[in-house]
Amino acid sequence: MKNTLLIVRRELWSYARTPSGYIIAASILLINGLLFNTRAVGSTPQFSSEVLQQFLIDAGGTTMLAAVLFSMRLLAEERSQGTQVLLFTSPIREGEIVFGKYLASLAFLSLVVLLSLYLPSLIFIRGKVSWGHIAAGYLGMLLLGASTLSIGLFASSLVKNPFLAVLLAAVFVTVLELCWWIAQITDAPLSSVIAYAAPYMKHFHPFRRGLVQLSDIAFYASTIYLSLLAATKVLQSQRWQ
Amino acid sequence: MIKVEHVTKYYGAFPAVRDLDFQIQEGECIGFLGLNGAGKSTTLRLLSCLLLPTSGRVTIRGIDAEDQPHEIRKFIGFLPDTPPLYQEMTVAQFLRFAGQLRQMSSGQIEKRLPEVLDICALADVADQDIGTLSHGYRQRVGIAQAIIHNPALLILDEPIQGLDPVQIVEMREMIRNLRGSHTILLSTHILSEIEQTCDRILVLNKGRIAAQGSEVELASSYGGESVLEVELRGEEGAAKAALQKLEGVSRLEAQVLKDGLLRLRVFAKGDLNEALSRALVEAGLGLRSLQTVSSGLESIFVNLTRGQGGTTPATSSAGAAASTTQGKSATEGEAKP
Repeated sequence: MKNTLLIVRRELWSYARTPSGYIIAASILLINGLLFNTRAVGSTPQFSSEVLQQFLIDAGGTTMLAAVLFSMRLLAEERSQGTQVLLFTSPIREGEIVFGKYLASLAFLSLVVLLSLYLPSLIFIRGKVSWGHIAAGYLGMLLLGASTLSIGLFASSLVKNPFLAVLLAAVFVTVLELCWWIAQITDAPLSSVIAYAAPYMKHFHPFRRGLVQLSDIAFYASTIYLSLLAATKVLQSQRWQ
Repeated sequence: MIKVEHVTKYYGAFPAVRDLDFQIQEGECIGFLGLNGAGKSTTLRLLSCLLLPTSGRVTIRGIDAEDQPHEIRKFIGFLPDTPPLYQEMTVAQFLRFAGQLRQMSSGQIEKRLPEVLDICALADVADQDIGTLSHGYRQRVGIAQAIIHNPALLILDEPIQGLDPVQIVEMREMIRNLRGSHTILLSTHILSEIEQTCDRILVLNKGRIAAQGSEVELASSYGGESVLEVELRGEEGAAKAALQKLEGVSRLEAQVLKDGLLRLRVFAKGDLNEALSRALVEAGLGLRSLQTVSSGLESIFVNLTRGQGGTTPATSSAGAAASTTQGKSATEGEAKP
């Protein structure tokens, strides 16, 4: 755990020192603000809960985008700059490196997600929604972001070039979401099995409606676990190359 | 300390090193000499547990590198051919982080940091961002991260690469200061580096060990000829007669200087300095100076990398350099990790 925290500290410090983190965070907050004003609030009268639901639909998407962008530099950059040699010749386990980098990027992503809380709070000016609904929506967003980040981290472990890593992460996430659409043209019971793989279309929408289900949480938790495990195995396998 | 048994490493279908078999004792300073693509970096990466051999076994202090790499990593310091540096950190911050990675306590780090900054002559730039440093300074920060935890085994891949002449002298001095307290493995394709810093040399050629031993051992086995330059006062005939009697002397070149002085270039195998000076003094000649112009290593290197074990005379630096270039083009197609 001490080694993991060491990696977390260095990563967070690096986020604070380099502009890329700020640029991504600022862009996502700006996009969220614009989407809230144009799509969620709009120009026609709506129920407050509808405004919130529309905001969560959009913010879920931008959270996934932020997670993919945050993940690109995690391992690919270490490899392209040769700094992973320092980690790999130190008595630190590959799993600790992966988990440390994941936790640091998750902390940064969570900060960006939570900074957008002012947007749904604006609904209270002229309407009323339950804080429980907002909390459920944000829990869903954090879980969606955390699982996308883990998939991105896995993609980042596979390649040397950070831009290739981001492309690969986007492909992985898109393929998982496409499972939802494939399920629409597939017969039951296969359709429900295929649809289960879609992090956003299948598992985020209950949160959007204010519904917290254990099955969705279990899906996100297992995606994170499997992705981090796969990334660790990829790092371990590099000794064989 | 290190035992390498029949180690072979393939990158895809390309054999980077083949059937390496050697041992290194605690406290030794070993030089890996070879042309580009000879397998030096791969060998050092195998020894630093970064890579696993395709076949064979590496054990360090009795610990198997395949099963327990983390145990070995506790006592090694590694400088790869490109120093692993986080550009956005300052030198001191980076070295603290490197120390923490090697399980040092903050007390130990704060005590050791000034020492390391001093050894590597980095005190002036301790608070500067690594990204703003020149190549020479970065190389030194690379060394500093490798020695911060005072490792028993220090592995340096091309430590003087890209340094200017002054920095090379400083780096050599630094490595010399580290000898004794550390087991040091270093790789280079620069001959003078190995001659001046290492106890023992492993010559790699096309992934295999072409020869190993001390400079003197290699000279006696592979016909390396050293060149000595002697300045004396006396007759040319008498001097030549005295020196030709010595075992190992193959050729003499004389040059008459002014004021009755004579300069002799002696081409010989093995270390003849003492025998040579004794012979000249016994012959009643006034020995004024004696210096090694070129050690036997150059000709050994050229012979070995040409794939010959014979005694091709190639004692001049120019000859060695020309042959080195030849060898480089021959191995250009080989992959380098």
